Amino acid sequence: MPTTDNTQVQLPDENGHFGQFGGRFVSETLMGALEELEEVYKKLSNDPNFQEEFDKDLAHYVGRPSPLYFAERLTEKVGGAKIYLKREDLNHTGAHKVNNTIGQALLAKFMGKPRVIAETGAGQHGVASATVAARLGLECKVYMGEEDVRRQALNVYRMKLLGAEVIPVTSGTKTLKDAMNEAMRDWVTNVDNTFYIIGTAAGPHPYPMLVRDFQCVIGRETKQQCMNQIGRLPDAVVACVGGGSNAIGMFHPFIEDESVRMIGVEAGGHGLETGEHAAPLSDGRPGVLHGMRTYLMEDDNGQIIGTHSVSAGLDYPGVGPEHSYLKDINRAEYVAINDDEALDAFRTLTQVEGIMPALESSHAVAYAMKMAKEMSPDQVIVVNLSGRGDKDIHTVAGIDGIEM
Amino acid sequence: MSRIEACFAAMKAEGRKAIVPYVTGGDSNPSVTVPLMHALVEAGADVIELGVPFSDPMADGPVIQLACERALEHGTSLTDVLAMVAQFREQDQTTPVVLMGYLNPIEVMGYETFSKNAKAAGVDGVLVVDMPPVESAGLMAAMKAESLDIIFLIAPTTSPKRRKAICEQGSGYLYYVSVKGVTGSKALNVDEVGAYISDMRQDTDLPICVGFGIRDGQSAAAVSKVSDGAIVGSVLVNQIAELANTPGKIPAAVAGIVKEMRQAIDA
Repeated sequence: MPTTDNTQVQLPDENGHFGQFGGRFVSETLMGALEELEEVYKKLSNDPNFQEEFDKDLAHYVGRPSPLYFAERLTEKVGGAKIYLKREDLNHTGAHKVNNTIGQALLAKFMGKPRVIAETGAGQHGVASATVAARLGLECKVYMGEEDVRRQALNVYRMKLLGAEVIPVTSGTKTLKDAMNEAMRDWVTNVDNTFYIIGTAAGPHPYPMLVRDFQCVIGRETKQQCMNQIGRLPDAVVACVGGGSNAIGMFHPFIEDESVRMIGVEAGGHGLETGEHAAPLSDGRPGVLHGMRTYLMEDDNGQIIGTHSVSAGLDYPGVGPEHSYLKDINRAEYVAINDDEALDAFRTLTQVEGIMPALESSHAVAYAMKMAKEMSPDQVIVVNLSGRGDKDIHTVAGIDGIEM
Repeated sequence: MSRIEACFAAMKAEGRKAIVPYVTGGDSNPSVTVPLMHALVEAGADVIELGVPFSDPMADGPVIQLACERALEHGTSLTDVLAMVAQFREQDQTTPVVLMGYLNPIEVMGYETFSKNAKAAGVDGVLVVDMPPVESAGLMAAMKAESLDIIFLIAPTTSPKRRKAICEQGSGYLYYVSVKGVTGSKALNVDEVGAYISDMRQDTDLPICVGFGIRDGQSAAAVSKVSDGAIVGSVLVNQIAELANTPGKIPAAVAGIVKEMRQAIDA
C-alpha cells in the first residue's frame, strides 16, 4: 500500500513508466479494463477503510509480521557476514504471494467483481489466489502451463480442494508465460464480471505498481525489525527474481537508503553460457512482452525464447519493469545462480537450520552464502526467504533418483 | 494518395463495401503465402492483412496462436514476411497490404529500419496490436517519414476520450473490434456494432472496418451494411489449419470462403 515509504520514490509516472521501462503495451481491447483498475486503485489506496481491511487481513489471516530470523548456524558454517532470513515462508499458504492476492482480491471485492482469474507457474500464486477466493466467496479460475501442472501436482490438487478450477495451458512453451497469455484472453472476454489477479510485479500498468505496493510490507517490516534487532539497517538485502514481486517488495522501501546494497538473484538454470536459463537481466535485452517494456529473453527476430530453471516460479522470460529500471540506474545488482548451486543451498539450509526453502528462494540463499564469505562478521545480509520448500520435495526427490 | 486511401475512395464511389481477409505470413509454410494472397485478391479481397508471426500473441485466440506456431516452426521472421510482400508486389501493384502483428519483432529490427524496409517491400499500413497510441510516438514518426498508414483498433470498451485520440492519430482505416474477446470469438451483435459505428462517425472521416466474430457470408454481409468493410481472419486460418498437410490446396479453399463472403456482401 502507498505509504510514506512509497512516496519517496515517485515512480512509475502517470503512464506507468519506470524510466524507459514499463508502460501499457496491450491491445485496445484491454485498455478500458486497465484504465478502470487504475482509477479504482488510485481511489482505494487513499481510502482508510480499504487500508484498514488490508492491514487487518495481513495481521490476522496471513499472520504478519513475519519474523526476521538470525540464521546463526548457517552464518557459522559459511563464515563471514551474518545472514538473516525474512521468513515469508511462514505466511499463510507458505509464500509471499498471499500479500498481493489479499490486496488484489480486496480490490475485486470493492469493485464488485464476482469472478477472479490468475496465472501461475510453481502454483504458489494460484494457491494464494484460490485461498483468498475461497475466503471471499469468489469464483476462481487458474491458468497453468501443462508442463507446470505436471511438475507441481501437489499445488494443482491444493487449488482444486480450495474450489478453484485449474486450466492446463497447452499453447507455446506450456509454462508461465503462456498461462499469462491465456489469463489475459480470459480477462478480455469476461471483463465485465472478472478481476485478473496478476501474481508478480509485471504486466501492463498499473499492475507492476500495485503488486509492488502490496508486497512492500516485506521491506517495511524488515527495516523496522533490523532497527529493533541489530540497531541499524542491513548492509545488503538479497532476493530471488523471476517476475520479481518478492524482490521489489523487499527492495523498494530501501531504495533511498544508499548504504544498503540490493541484490536480485535470477535463475541461471544450466549456466548463463549454455543459454538454458531464465535470467533476462543478466543475459537478455530490452523488448516488449505482456504489456510492458522490460528486459527479455528473445531471439534475433524478436521471438520470445523458452527458458529453463529447476524452479517453476522463476521460469519466466521477462521481469518486472522496475527491476529493469533499478538495473539501468545501477541502484540494484542482478546476478544469476545455477540449478546446482540452488539445490546445494536448499539442502544446506534444510540441514543446518531446519528450514526448507522453496527452490526459488534457494537461489537467494545460495548467493547470500557466496557473498557472506567475502564480507566481515560485523556485516549483515538479509535474505528474503520468499517461500517454503514443501512443494518442491517431488522435484528434489526426482533429482535424487527417488520415486515417491 | 496512399494505396489504402485510393482503394476506399474507389469503393465509396462505386457504393461497394470492403472485404479484408487476414492470414498469417508463413502459415502453414512460407511457400503458401504469396499464392494465397493472389488467390484472395482474385476472390474479391480489397485489402489484405498479413500477420507477422509472434510467439506470444496475447490478444489473439487459439486459432491464430496456432497459426503463429506453425509459421514459427518454419522460422518465419519479420524479414521473411516483408520478402513475401515484395514478391506479391511483383504481380500486384494495386491491392493494399497491411501488416498486423506485435511490437517486439519491430523493436528488434528498429523503427526506422522497419519502416524503410516495409515501404521498400510495398507494405501500405501497419497495425501493431499491442501498441496503443500513447506508446506509439517513435514508431509513428518513422512510419510517417515513409508515408505508411498506421491503423489502430477501437473496442466496445474504448472510452469516448480515448476514441477521439485514436481517431485523430490513425490513418488508412480504423479497425473496430466487434465483440469483447479475442480473435475468433463468439457471434457479434450487428445492431450494437451499427450503433457504435454511427456514433464513431462523429469523430472521424476514416473508413471503419469491423473484425472479430465474422465467420460466414451472412455475418460479413450484415456487418458491411453498417460499416465500410468486414475483416475476416480466424475462419480462414481454421481452413489453413485443416489443410496444413496438403498445402497445395490452401489457396483455392481459403479463397472459396472469401468469394462466398464477397457475393453475400455484394448481393
